[in-house]
Amino acid sequence: MANYVIRRLLMIIPIIFGILFLTFLIKALIPTDAVSALFSGTVSEDKAAEAIAQIREKYHLDLPWYRQFGIYVWDVMHLDLGESVRTRQPVIDEIGFRYVNTLILAFSALIVAIVVGLVTGMLSAYFKNTWIDVTSMSVGMMGISMPAFFLGFVLIFIFSVQLRWLPVIGRGDFQSLILPALTLGFIEAAALSRVTRSSMLDVLSREYIRTARAKGMSESYILFRHALPNAFLSILTMIGLQIGNLLGGAFIIEVIFGWHGIGELAVKAIQWRDFTITQAVILVSAGTYVFVNLIVDLLYTWVDPRISYEE
Amino acid sequence: MTALLEIENLQTHFKTEGGVVRAVDGVDLKVNEGEVLGIVGESGSGKTVTALSALRLVDEPGKIVGGSIRYDGRDVLSMNKKELTQLRGDRISMIFQQPRVCLNPVISIGRQITELLKQHRDISSKEARNTAISLLNSVGIPDAEKRFSAYAHELSGGQAQRVMIAIALALKPRVLIADEPTTALDVTIQAQIIELLRELCREMGTALVLVTHDLGVVAELADRVAVMYAGQVVEETDVETLFSNPQHPYTQGLLSSMPVLGQRAERLTAIPGTVPKPSDMPPACRFAPRCKTRISLGMDICNQEPPQLLRTAKGSVRCWAIEGAS
Repeated sequence: MANYVIRRLLMIIPIIFGILFLTFLIKALIPTDAVSALFSGTVSEDKAAEAIAQIREKYHLDLPWYRQFGIYVWDVMHLDLGESVRTRQPVIDEIGFRYVNTLILAFSALIVAIVVGLVTGMLSAYFKNTWIDVTSMSVGMMGISMPAFFLGFVLIFIFSVQLRWLPVIGRGDFQSLILPALTLGFIEAAALSRVTRSSMLDVLSREYIRTARAKGMSESYILFRHALPNAFLSILTMIGLQIGNLLGGAFIIEVIFGWHGIGELAVKAIQWRDFTITQAVILVSAGTYVFVNLIVDLLYTWVDPRISYEE
Repeated sequence: MTALLEIENLQTHFKTEGGVVRAVDGVDLKVNEGEVLGIVGESGSGKTVTALSALRLVDEPGKIVGGSIRYDGRDVLSMNKKELTQLRGDRISMIFQQPRVCLNPVISIGRQITELLKQHRDISSKEARNTAISLLNSVGIPDAEKRFSAYAHELSGGQAQRVMIAIALALKPRVLIADEPTTALDVTIQAQIIELLRELCREMGTALVLVTHDLGVVAELADRVAVMYAGQVVEETDVETLFSNPQHPYTQGLLSSMPVLGQRAERLTAIPGTVPKPSDMPPACRFAPRCKTRISLGMDICNQEPPQLLRTAKGSVRCWAIEGAS
C-alpha cells in the first residue's frame, strides 16, 4: 500500500509539470497582455511605454519563452506563485483565503448532494417503477438539464427577493452560504441520484441480497448494510469527480452569489488579463483534482476488500 | 402426524411480456420433522421456485398467486414482515446453488454469521463472535479464528458453501432448504458437502429439503422424494420405492437415463424431447408429448384431461396409466 501511494505521488510530478506547461502556453498565446491592459488609456503614450518596459522586465516578459517557463517552474517549485499584475500583491495571499472559501462552499454543496442524491437514489431503486421512483427521477432529470445559474436565479428570486429570508449576495457568513450550497448541491445531487439508483438496482438483484433476506435480516438493514456498501463503489467514483468539479471552483455560481472563492477570482483575473493569478488558479484546481483522485482510489480498497494495490 | 412444513396447491407465477409463466402450478409437498425430502426434476421444472416460495423469497416479477404454505400450523403466506423475518434464518433457513456469489463480497464471513445471531437472539458481540468461530470450526473451515475476517473472494467454492451451511444452521432451524447445494462444486467436494449436510442435520434434528437434479445425491440422502415436472409434482414416494418401483413414466425415464456402473451401453437412454415451454404447455398431462407409456398404450385421455394426483400405497402419483386413475 505504501509503495502504491509513493508511486502515485511521484506520478503527480509529471502531471503538474504538464499543467504548468499548458497554463504557460495559454498565457503565451493570448494576444493582449496584462501589462498593456493595465495602462491602456490611463497615461500618456511615452510614460506608458516606459512603465510597460519596466514591468515587462519585472515579470521576465522580455526573455525568450523557454527561459520564462524555466523561471516560472522554478518559482512554483519554491511555492512562489508570483505577484498579481494588477494588485501587486503576492498571488498566494489572494488565493489562500479564496481557496478556503471554495472549500467551505464545495463541502457544503457536497453534503447536500450526498444526502439528497443517496436518499433519492436509494428510494428510487427500492421502490422501482412506483410514483416515488418516477417523481425523484423526473426532478433529477430537471436537475441535470437545468443550468446551475438558472437554478441559482430561481432560488435567489424565491428566498431572497420574495421571502427575504436570505441575502442576495455573499457576506461571507453562514446565511449567504445556504443558497449557493443548495444550488450546487442540488445540481450535483441529480447526477449522484441517478448513479445511486442504477447501482443499487444492480446490487439489489444479486444473490447475496436474497441470502440476507433468507437469513431474516430486516429490509432497512439489508438496504444499508448489505446493498449500499456494494453500490458505493460507483457512487464513490461519482463523488470523487464531483469533489474535483466543486473544488476546481464553481465559477458561475461563485460569481452569481458573490462568493469570494477561486472561481470568482479566476473570472476576475481573466477580465483583468492577470496571468499570474489565472495560472495560479488553474494550477491549484488541477492539483486539487489530482489529489482528490488519489484519495478516491485509496478509498476504493476500504470500500471493497476485493480491490488491493499490493503486488 | 401433522407435517412440519406443508405446502398445498402452491401456484407461483411470473408475469412476463410473453404472458404468464406458471413456474409452479399446483404443488403439494409435506416435510416431516427431521426427515430428508428430495425434490428432483429437470431444469425448468419449478423445483427452485417451489423452494424459494416456501420462504416467500421469489423476486419480482414472480408472485405466489395461490395455495397455502403452513409451517408448524402457521400460515406463512399471511405472515406480516416481522413474523416472516422471525421465521427466516431462524426456524427455516436456506442455502443456494452458487455459494460464492451468495455471500456478500464486502462483509467478512464472520460478520455474516454474527449479524444473523444478533438479529434473532439477544446476544453480545463477543458471544456472537465466539459462536461464529465454533460454527466455522464445526463446518470444517480450518483456522476458523483467522478465517473469521476473510471475505468471500478469498474462499474456494467448497469453503464458501461450508460457510453458507454454518450460517444456515447457526440457529438450529427445524427446516433447511438446500437448493442444488453441490451443483456448482467440484465432484470431489460434492461428496464432502453432502456428508456435512447429512451429519449436521441429523445431529440437530433439522429436516432437510434437498432440491437437486442429481438422482445419485437423492439416493444417498433422501428419505422421501418428490419428482417435479413442468411446475407440478408428478410422483412422490419413499426413496426405496422410487428407485425399485417407479410409477410415473417420467420417473421411469429419469431413472433409466442414469448410466449404470459396469454396464456398457451403446448409447445412454434419454427421455425424448424437452420440458415444454410455458407458452405452449400441453393442455392435459404435461408429460404426454414425451411419454412412451401413452404411445405404447395408445391412450387418448392423456391429451384431453389433466390427471389428478392419486394416492398410492407408498405415496402419490399423477398419471392416467396408473390403475384406478380413470
